[in-house]
Amino acid sequence: MAIKKHKAIALISGGLDSLLAVRVLQEQGIEVEGINFYTGFCVEGHTHAIRNKDKDKEKRNNALWSAEQLGIKLHIVDIIEEYKDVLLNPKHGYGQNINPCLDCKTFMVSKAVEWIHENRKDGFDFIITGEVMGQRPMSQRKEVMPIVAEESGADDLLLRPLCAKNLAPTKPEREGWVDRERLFGFSGRSRKPQMALAAEYGFEDYASPAGGCCFLTDKSYSDKLVDLWDSRGSREYELDDIMLLKVGRHIRPKPEFKLIVSRDAGEGQFLTGYRNQYTTIESVSHNGPLVLVDGKMEAADMPLAAAIVARYGQGREAEKVEIAITSPKAEPSNIWVQPMRVDAMPMEWHV
Amino acid sequence: MGATDAGRCDADGVACMSAHELDARRMLCPMPVIKAQNEVKTLEKGDTLAVICTDPGALHDIPAWARINGHQVIETEQVDDELIITILVGE
Ligand code: SF4
Repeated sequence: MAIKKHKAIALISGGLDSLLAVRVLQEQGIEVEGINFYTGFCVEGHTHAIRNKDKDKEKRNNALWSAEQLGIKLHIVDIIEEYKDVLLNPKHGYGQNINPCLDCKTFMVSKAVEWIHENRKDGFDFIITGEVMGQRPMSQRKEVMPIVAEESGADDLLLRPLCAKNLAPTKPEREGWVDRERLFGFSGRSRKPQMALAAEYGFEDYASPAGGCCFLTDKSYSDKLVDLWDSRGSREYELDDIMLLKVGRHIRPKPEFKLIVSRDAGEGQFLTGYRNQYTTIESVSHNGPLVLVDGKMEAADMPLAAAIVARYGQGREAEKVEIAITSPKAEPSNIWVQPMRVDAMPMEWHV
Repeated sequence: MGATDAGRCDADGVACMSAHELDARRMLCPMPVIKAQNEVKTLEKGDTLAVICTDPGALHDIPAWARINGHQVIETEQVDDELIITILVGE
């Protein structure tokens, strides 16, 4: 009688830990497929590659790269809409910034449970993650690990190969689908054990995000998101809003609107794609950045906005600079302004 | 937005292959990949899907996705600012 080969679905973030977790199980003959969730906040190769200085970095999607290294299929799931509730109403609160890591983890594992049910015909038996106990202050403390398993509905079908030995045996271990002895007991913040294991498996050039897998762990990003919510008086957001927080200098001279100033040609080109949705401002008489207006700018505010834009262009020392302000589907209206002096711009305008 | 069907059939009416198109213009990666993946799920082996997109990241991501999931990129074309990446659906 043929022995049933067991099958796992792995949460693939694109980082080293999930890469290793899958390989550990592959070594035991488990068939694995990957699942990657796209929240809109993911730190991802291309968004980094918008800026000129990052252009030579390889433009790759780390989750796809991981899957290719491992020789597994990868399913990418768009959870942008559903994720809003996770971010806006996290039962377990936020981490250091507005990262709802514990709720996020639980939600993703619950989506993997859903996936297993929806794809019953493919015969997935359990779920794995690359979590390492104590590595992240919020979502990977020993006492919260059972919360993720329980609240996601995965219960003892959630196996963490890299730290399984620190936790109670799960069903795949108890039933002998996997050999617990050949799993690991990593814990703590040191990355050395993972790096040693990576070397053993011959993995090189893997991604090593410092803070976490998404922009919500980044202070400057979180500040911009909170500023956006405050200025709108609502915490609703669309994908374009959160993408735009990843680029440019954000300057809010008035509560009602802010300016998104491109910092180089790469960002300028990226912002050009938004011309038909946003009012844009740019210098005509001198070279300068492309600037997007987010929010409500009244006609009376235009000279102020134009003076700020002029300050970021090559005409910053000039007496007068000609600035074009263009609303979507309208002809530009041009005005001449004196560029704002660098020291005249209050620090608190910088978001 | 979505796929348009331009199927071709044998003389006896049996579908032999159909060519589809997906508009992923202005989407940033990984959205073009996700849309292509979801569309491919509804297609048959041997069908083709031409993904029209504007994010150059797709030039890297769509072929990587196709390789790992058993599909093949058979043509990549650039027309002005648009990229047309044609996938041959595998298993
Ligand atoms: S870093 Fe971001 S994606 Fe990762 S668990 Fe935390 S909130 Fe979720």
